[in-house]
Amino acid sequence: MSETTGYLDMELLRFTTAGSVDDGKSTLIGRLLYDSKAIFQDQMEAVEKASKRIGGDGQVNLALLTDGLRSEREQGITIDVAYRYFATPKRKFIIADTPGHIQYTRNMVTGASTANLAIILVDARHGLVEQTARHSFIASLLGIKHVIYCVNKMDLVEYSQERYEEIKNQLDDFTSKLEINDIRYIPISALLGDNVVDRSKKMDWYGGSTLLYTLETVHIASDANHVDCRFPVQTVIRPQTTEFHDYRGYAGRVAGGVFKKGDEVIVLPSGFTSKIAKIDSFDGEIEEAFPPMSCTLILEDDIDVSRGDMIVRVNNQPEVSQDHEMMVCWMSTRPLQLNGKYAVKHTSRSARCIIKEIRYKVDINSLHRLEDDKDIKMNDIARITIRTTVPLFTDRYQRNRNTGSIILIDESTNETVGAGMIL
Amino acid sequence: MKYNLTHLKELESEAIFIIREVVAQFDNPALLFSGGKDSILCYHLAKKAFWPAKIPFPLVHVDTGHNFSETIAFRDSLVKKDGVELIVGSVQESIDQGKVAEETGFNASRNGLQTVTLLDTIEKHKFDACMGGARRDEEKARAKERFFSHRDEFGQWDPKNQRPELWNLFNGMKNFGENFRIFPISNWTEMDVWQYILHENIDLPSLYFSHERDVFIRDGVIYSDGEFMPKRPEEKIEKRIVRFRTIGDMTCTGAVESPADDLAKIIEEVAATRTTERGTRSDDKRSEAAMEDRKKEGYF
Repeated sequence: MSETTGYLDMELLRFTTAGSVDDGKSTLIGRLLYDSKAIFQDQMEAVEKASKRIGGDGQVNLALLTDGLRSEREQGITIDVAYRYFATPKRKFIIADTPGHIQYTRNMVTGASTANLAIILVDARHGLVEQTARHSFIASLLGIKHVIYCVNKMDLVEYSQERYEEIKNQLDDFTSKLEINDIRYIPISALLGDNVVDRSKKMDWYGGSTLLYTLETVHIASDANHVDCRFPVQTVIRPQTTEFHDYRGYAGRVAGGVFKKGDEVIVLPSGFTSKIAKIDSFDGEIEEAFPPMSCTLILEDDIDVSRGDMIVRVNNQPEVSQDHEMMVCWMSTRPLQLNGKYAVKHTSRSARCIIKEIRYKVDINSLHRLEDDKDIKMNDIARITIRTTVPLFTDRYQRNRNTGSIILIDESTNETVGAGMIL
Repeated sequence: MKYNLTHLKELESEAIFIIREVVAQFDNPALLFSGGKDSILCYHLAKKAFWPAKIPFPLVHVDTGHNFSETIAFRDSLVKKDGVELIVGSVQESIDQGKVAEETGFNASRNGLQTVTLLDTIEKHKFDACMGGARRDEEKARAKERFFSHRDEFGQWDPKNQRPELWNLFNGMKNFGENFRIFPISNWTEMDVWQYILHENIDLPSLYFSHERDVFIRDGVIYSDGEFMPKRPEEKIEKRIVRFRTIGDMTCTGAVESPADDLAKIIEEVAATRTTERGTRSDDKRSEAAMEDRKKEGYF
């Protein structure tokens, strides 16, 4: 009966999965979906049918569940971010399944941008490889708070504790250079199911939790910023009906902090101050609004507020500036142009910008700064400075993802070409 | 006070954010409304997004002419009750104008023809963003689609060339003549939809609940009898206790035998069921990539 009663206190965990080619990532996801009964009979039949057609050693290829596009099934690789869903009685999960190929770094950045947690797969036979370093760096750069290294294919190294410890030490050394607070290690076999949903009978030496248990229990309630009050205005609600004649509400989604009725607030960029008269919603008045809640703020004073403005607390304001320093992940086949002009989107604000300086490119395998290489191409990560046509209201990305993230758009193609994280 | 939302509240908040973003970024949006539970949910969320103002866009229904009468009655009463604008694109009209040719044979369906009527309706009313109730858990090609899904001037989707979608920053920039399909409930599963409908007490067409109906069986699928449903001689009409898990056109929507006559029972049934809801849809069974192919051509 949990479906009709227990669902009212389930949480949502968004995670991303990364691994290099053939690390068994799709198999792991297939395993999580299969063992948590999120795969339906007709899907399973379709996969069984397709497995036979493609050939192989007679095992059902769980990877076929996630490779949704025709060209992916043909090539046997994952091209694009695919979103998958499953639930246990404790949590609902959204998986952003991202490809491990070098040319698809942009997809991992995309998948990681909304994730609370990253699973990084490491092949027990190969240990820490270049792509593990890259995936870890991206997880850290994108501000993912929790990372689980799944040392996979333990069945192929005779479930060796020694081998697992060796890899864990390698990773420990490497991750000390990164900004991730919560790092965990789990030895698994995605193919055979060891330590994924059920405890492995072949690895008694491992005293930790299974992957699913970890996903169900990792503490995520404090991942969002509950300190710095930020409310980007999306749209103004004015019913102009007899019943709601003077109603003027500012609709948006809380991007940080906790707002309460009576709070003294200031509207950026105008600088007008007022108090919150009411936090409104279709379901009635809201006492406290916090991220990622969508609601409507009503202020005591009739002041001019429109889309792109930000309502914040008087005594805790974001940086208001036209100059921004950031790490950018480049996502377009057309290289980043120094002094080039791009459209930008930041919270609910749109503007244009010019690329003022390319400081350095990051070698994402060694994390070294390449000061002399300023040729920023697809899948490169660089530190740049930009100047925007209007001030943006920003926080450091590592402090607040919502107010520290920005996208760059090529004005001739309208494509999103850069993902920026403000420093 | 715990500062976290339940999964349904978080999904609701995300959908409301997307719907508001559509109204802020586009000049002439619309909500595609089929009368099925997912589009009814989207409508409910849109009401929440702009309350106490009215929703600032019309509902668009692409009517194949082969809809269940219950769906049309539900649609009309909802529109009347809430005083919203409804635009109907008619597949029959597209056929009469010679823009499309009707399929023939026993398995003929107007499902594929909807695409042409939809694209015509978009063009005629100059909609630059059409919101719809598609979900990523429905089908594997949909699992890769963005919230803001760009369509070129021919209404085509290019799955290998989708814009990256990061954080909550949605890029609705486009050239003249292009448009977007937008899916506010992308991240909801079938179970989320039912639980939310139960929790919010949302009205649904009676088709979703168990009832006695004249049906016939073809290729293991239970079809409703009706005037648009040609039957082979060996296909006998019988009375069964059924309900529908999804509601599309009569010609492509199968029923399931079920005693579930209220939302709580439906949810129990969904939890126990081992087939996807689209398992009852013959339009998806035409090939492994049926949905991907239709979407590329402009299908919703």
